[in-house]
Amino acid sequence: MFKIILAVIGRDLKLAMRRQTDIVSALFFFIIVVSLFPLGVGPEPDLLRKLAPGVLWVAALLATMLSLPRLFADDFRDGTLEQLALAPHPLGLVVTGKVIAHWLVSGLPLALIAPVLGIQFDLSTDALLVLTLAILVGTPALSGIGAIGAALTLGLRGGGVLLSLLVLPLYIPVLIFGAGAVDATVSGLGSEGHLSLLVALTFAALGFAPWASAAALKIALE
Amino acid sequence: MIYWNSFADFVHMGGYGLYVWGSFGVTALVLVVEPILVARRRKNTIALLKRQLRAETRTAERSPNA
Amino acid sequence: MTDRFNLYRFASPATFYPLAGKMIPWFAAAAVIFGLAGLWLGMLVAPTDFQQGEGYRIIFIHVPASWMSMFIYLVMAFWAAIGLAFNTRLSGMMTQALAPTGALMAFLSLWTGAFWGKPMWGAWWVWDARLTSELILLFLYIGFLALTAAIDDARRADKAGALLLLVGVVNVPIIYFSVKWWNTLHQGSSVNFTKSSMAETMLWGMLLMALCFWMYAIAVALARARVIMLERERHTDWARAELSGKEA
Repeated sequence: MFKIILAVIGRDLKLAMRRQTDIVSALFFFIIVVSLFPLGVGPEPDLLRKLAPGVLWVAALLATMLSLPRLFADDFRDGTLEQLALAPHPLGLVVTGKVIAHWLVSGLPLALIAPVLGIQFDLSTDALLVLTLAILVGTPALSGIGAIGAALTLGLRGGGVLLSLLVLPLYIPVLIFGAGAVDATVSGLGSEGHLSLLVALTFAALGFAPWASAAALKIALE
Repeated sequence: MIYWNSFADFVHMGGYGLYVWGSFGVTALVLVVEPILVARRRKNTIALLKRQLRAETRTAERSPNA
Repeated sequence: MTDRFNLYRFASPATFYPLAGKMIPWFAAAAVIFGLAGLWLGMLVAPTDFQQGEGYRIIFIHVPASWMSMFIYLVMAFWAAIGLAFNTRLSGMMTQALAPTGALMAFLSLWTGAFWGKPMWGAWWVWDARLTSELILLFLYIGFLALTAAIDDARRADKAGALLLLVGVVNVPIIYFSVKWWNTLHQGSSVNFTKSSMAETMLWGMLLMALCFWMYAIAVALARARVIMLERERHTDWARAELSGKEA
């Protein structure tokens, strides 16, 4: 079981490494969007500190959305996906692997760069730490839920915009608890409650979403 | 039995006329327009399908062996 | 395949189409009667609310619209589950027929909520947990409509839409819970709903209006389902008979 997941992760990472510009573009999208906000609302540190959790999280949601349309599209086009669906091992496991690989190239870099961007918003060290942690444990849920949307919109015209229409409303709980964790730290309350709920969301998403995505892929392949 | 003293009172709604009639007006509009749209869609669909059906039977008559 | 199972026979469009046609006038008449009775009670007989003045009368359409918007989503999810489990053609048509009405109900709920909020809270929009959840529900409806509209093949559209509905219905409680949590944390903008005990006439008025909306939704959804059936089943015998019968 783990062998299949690991094999898919390894394969997808290798493919992603061949297209590093995609990863770098999404990362710079994140950086640019976050940097635009101070230019829009003004440089007052108090205001920025208040905005930071929401801005960073919304930008993270949008940045992970960017690479979602490609999650299955390439495999769909060259017929690999059809082979995987016919293979004896369950398609849900394959999707789990693809989701983890997607997180490694989209969510993880965001978590690593987020503290640097948090400094722009005058966040304290504690808040920066919680921000990194929250993005680290929250983004896998984004990849998982996003996979359902990617599978449902596979091969449709205007798939990218449609994907965001489907997926963004489902991202709301992650946004609330992710931004809430940082917010709670900034205002001196503990962030444990938020973070543990975020972890729960991630586990629920990783357990449930790959199978829903697999069902959606089978519908698309029929 | 009727609560209102005059029609003007009814329209005025104790100062909330704009809000009450603003909600009821839009709701009434939606509940009237939606059935009209469905009825029109039905009419258009039936007309289109009939045209297709007639075209099909005509081609079938012209070449009975097809 | 057509006449093998009774259950399937009932769910088959050939039986459902004429049945729905007979039922629509009854539901429409019921909607009109309940609506007139509800409006009579709510708008003419019911006394004013001592806290909210006459503005409270918006409740007679706001609450039914909100209820229907949620109820229709649940009904769609039910049809979606049936459709995925038993592969019935009817269920996809029913979700397609219900979705626009559900979206309109969500829109009406938001619209009347805004017109209620402005005089009561002094703002057209507040980020109250219920209003926010209703907005997200509208987004879910729009997502469903957009997805099924983007897929040309009707069978794939039905199945993909059904899956999205099930994912949505699992997520709705989570979304509602998180929005509520978020709302209690940001007490600054929260609004207290004054829970005044409703006069009996008000309650009856609201229930009658809720019944009116319910009957209306059934009538419109059935009418739309009939059109969708004709569109999709145009090559079947019953649809041809229906069409050529109309010609005479």
